[in-house]
Amino acid sequence: MEIVRRPQLKSTAIDRGVPTLPLYRSAPSLEVRLEDFELYAIDRLRVLTGISDGLSRGKRPEEMEKLVAELWKANMRHPQASEVMNKDIISHFVLRLVYCRTYGLCALSLDYCCFHFLAYRVRILAHREDLRKWFLSMETALFRYRFRLQTAEAQRAVLAEFQLPYKAVTTSEFEVIKDKLTLVARSINQTLPTADAIFYKVPFQEVPELVAGRRVFLSDGYAYVAMNQVVSLVATQFRSLLSKALTLTNRKWMSTIREQEKDRLTPIVEALSTSYVGPDYSVGREFGEVSLKDIDNVAKSSFPLCMRHLFDKLREDHHLKHWGRMQLGLFLKGVGLKLDDALAFWKAEFSQKVGAERFDKEYAYSIRHNYGKEGKRVDYTPYSCQKIISLTPSVGDHHGCPYRHFSEENLRAALCKMGVNSGGVEDVMDKVRHKHYQLACTLTFEAIHGCPNDAGINHPNQYFSDSQKILKSKVKCLRISFLVTSVIDLEFPPISTVHSLHP
Amino acid sequence: MVIEEAVNGKDDMLIDGQMADQVLPSGFNLNFLNLYYAKLFPYGDIFKWMSYGNDGKHPACDKSYFGRRELSFTLENDIYLRFLSFNSVSELEKGIREKCPFKIDIGPVYSVDPSKRHAYAQSGENVFKPVERELIFDIDITDYDDVRYCCSGADVCLDCWPLMTAAIKVINTALRDDFGFRHILWVYSGRRGVHCWVCDGKARRLTNEQRAAIADYFRVYKGSENSKKKVSLTGHALHPFLVRSYTEVLKDLFEQTLLSSQQIFSTEDRCEKVLEMIPDESVAAELRGRWQKRSSGSKDDINAVRWEHLKHTLQSGRHKGQGLRRCVEEIVFSFSYPRLDMEVSKHMNHLLKAPFCVHPKTGRVCVPIDPVHCHEFDPTTVPTLSQLLQELNSGGMGQEGDNDWDRTSLGESVRFFRSSFLEPLLKACKEEMESAYNSKLQQSKNSLSW
Repeated sequence: MEIVRRPQLKSTAIDRGVPTLPLYRSAPSLEVRLEDFELYAIDRLRVLTGISDGLSRGKRPEEMEKLVAELWKANMRHPQASEVMNKDIISHFVLRLVYCRTYGLCALSLDYCCFHFLAYRVRILAHREDLRKWFLSMETALFRYRFRLQTAEAQRAVLAEFQLPYKAVTTSEFEVIKDKLTLVARSINQTLPTADAIFYKVPFQEVPELVAGRRVFLSDGYAYVAMNQVVSLVATQFRSLLSKALTLTNRKWMSTIREQEKDRLTPIVEALSTSYVGPDYSVGREFGEVSLKDIDNVAKSSFPLCMRHLFDKLREDHHLKHWGRMQLGLFLKGVGLKLDDALAFWKAEFSQKVGAERFDKEYAYSIRHNYGKEGKRVDYTPYSCQKIISLTPSVGDHHGCPYRHFSEENLRAALCKMGVNSGGVEDVMDKVRHKHYQLACTLTFEAIHGCPNDAGINHPNQYFSDSQKILKSKVKCLRISFLVTSVIDLEFPPISTVHSLHP
Repeated sequence: MVIEEAVNGKDDMLIDGQMADQVLPSGFNLNFLNLYYAKLFPYGDIFKWMSYGNDGKHPACDKSYFGRRELSFTLENDIYLRFLSFNSVSELEKGIREKCPFKIDIGPVYSVDPSKRHAYAQSGENVFKPVERELIFDIDITDYDDVRYCCSGADVCLDCWPLMTAAIKVINTALRDDFGFRHILWVYSGRRGVHCWVCDGKARRLTNEQRAAIADYFRVYKGSENSKKKVSLTGHALHPFLVRSYTEVLKDLFEQTLLSSQQIFSTEDRCEKVLEMIPDESVAAELRGRWQKRSSGSKDDINAVRWEHLKHTLQSGRHKGQGLRRCVEEIVFSFSYPRLDMEVSKHMNHLLKAPFCVHPKTGRVCVPIDPVHCHEFDPTTVPTLSQLLQELNSGGMGQEGDNDWDRTSLGESVRFFRSSFLEPLLKACKEEMESAYNSKLQQSKNSLSW
């Protein structure tokens, strides 16, 4: 296997053994083994999900830097040192395929697709703009923190690659302007520049935002840009490159697929696009098994708000639209509701609206389908928070994440109904305002159960099982959180398990 | 020309020296303007400026350049003619003398001749859009009405004009030292403000986003109906640009000039205006109480005294509130820091009045201002249209080929325009053109080599 090396890199960093950050400008001409195709992508997805999680918990930049280093180390290594770069690049490009898709018609593509993957045919699931945005944001964040972790030399190499005309300020220059740089830093409440701080001398036209905010010292047409400001610029460049590339990728794959591959399709990429890399909730757990007679009580005590809302609406309207049925139905499966009980449950509600016969004809099939008893017989996984947040309910829908979609008034009312006190409601609303929906749900959980939830909520079934654990045992909080964490460690599946979900 | 004929509006334009000692009525009228355009308006200089060296013989010259510049005329009766363009200095002169515009505005250089713009698409390859435009600023003293008590509205006097002087100093220094611009022209707007034209190549090629960034860099005052305090300087220190502005210009302007010329603390209302800017009510109350007991018999200027009180109280360290840290500077900035019209600077297609126009309301000529000696500039002694015509008449007939403006007060302005602005600018343009041309030649030579 060979990587196509770009000449300028060869003469600088790589030769001296300095690892460089790839910019993913063009797809590599590589032959990839089928297994690696998927494995690498899943590993990278774990990194991206970890970043997403860290950001939604409001981690500070220094903490994120540490987290990224850990995630990268844990997931992106390879026994052969020479393969590390390959894995990085391949995994990125696979995920590009997965996440480039959006709804809507695309213009016919003109060029031949530039990827030369061996015998590989992929079906791209028609998927939400939100997931593409998520991918773009997470890859940019990944790039930003990896950039921060690089050596000064490697960073300069990246700047050169982007053809950003930035020169580092020499020590003697620095001495002359040090006082002014300190003033600027103090005026924007940043850390003061030390003797070894790196500054870049940039024509002021390149950094209009920094000039407009008076966040840089200007002299004779040059802006003196601090390292952390350079990171922002680099990240912005990366993001804009990737955004354009995703549009191109989309066009190319649309035309390739339409022309060639209507019939021989593989759902790997499709599965990857909705994959949730955490504990497997497709099968009901023992402690989560729920029977029909318990369901109302358990809904009140242990359902997260999204499912509680769907459940209440179902009881009220005796009906739910498609996505609502999917979201709640799969959740109930994950909670431990057996197929027969599920059929009885849905029938009891729907027949009040549409009649028993119509239920059997039109709705029962899809419930059995969810449990893998019909059609393709894929045992579908309950939706994770990531997936649910990405769904957008419209008129008459009740699915999606209420922290995201409810009006402030409605959300406050719903939280009160769940039993959150007024102080708790304010904390939750604060998280919502900052778009940290999963944190908001975690805080709700903590407020209702009176216990911290350090793991944070990533999945409605996790909320449920955490809740049930607390309720079933009367042990003190400290031991509970230990229990929850250790259980999650045990539950974290090996790769093969994830594979089995996607035949 | 017989003076009576001019007053009565006849077309004859000969000068009759025998009538020299008769005084022209002051003010502005179409016939005077006609004369002005016939004898005094410096077409050649404006043309040379707007050509930026492209009117020369050098092979790198772009002959279409001047013709792609938009001009607009405002005629008598407010008739407005836009997207005008001219291809040579004689066309420019002919156009202006024919129409006798009350106001001439200069716009950007477009991708194609603006008068032919309809032939071009709105998008795609052949688009009609601005490609070059000077970086411009417009400072109008009416924007300071809430902090000047001597005049209001369109009036301007020597008590409030120092605000314009300070604006010129602050902005000019920043444009040179911070942004590295060299070719900067400041012009009196004819009544109550000043305009700034930054003409370096790199300024003319700035995008709208970059222009907005520069305007925001200069922005400190955020006036609105709703807030009492319109200048807010947060942060543990001031940006070096603000520090320099304060220590070199604004502090002295405020303390040496404005305090007394504007009588800032002389009445209860005026004191209250300042006290409103102090975020800590207890401090404001303390000062208010102190000033209510007005000590008679003190020889010192009450404004200076009260300012000292205020400074002492805020800077004594007794009061440690967050908002008080920079309060003294905020007050000074509120009264004296330049207030720019942001919209003028942000967009390439914004039009601005040409230098050497005559202001219809005052009759004064829009003459250049020397930023180095701007404190000596007196708006009340700027030559007026009638004054200039008077000077022309009394000057007698000059030699053939002489510049008429040389015999008038306008001469000084034109000479200044040439020596301190136009000549250095044209020299730099020529150099730039030559070096760009030479490097292109070099490139094509290299590519030919085997």
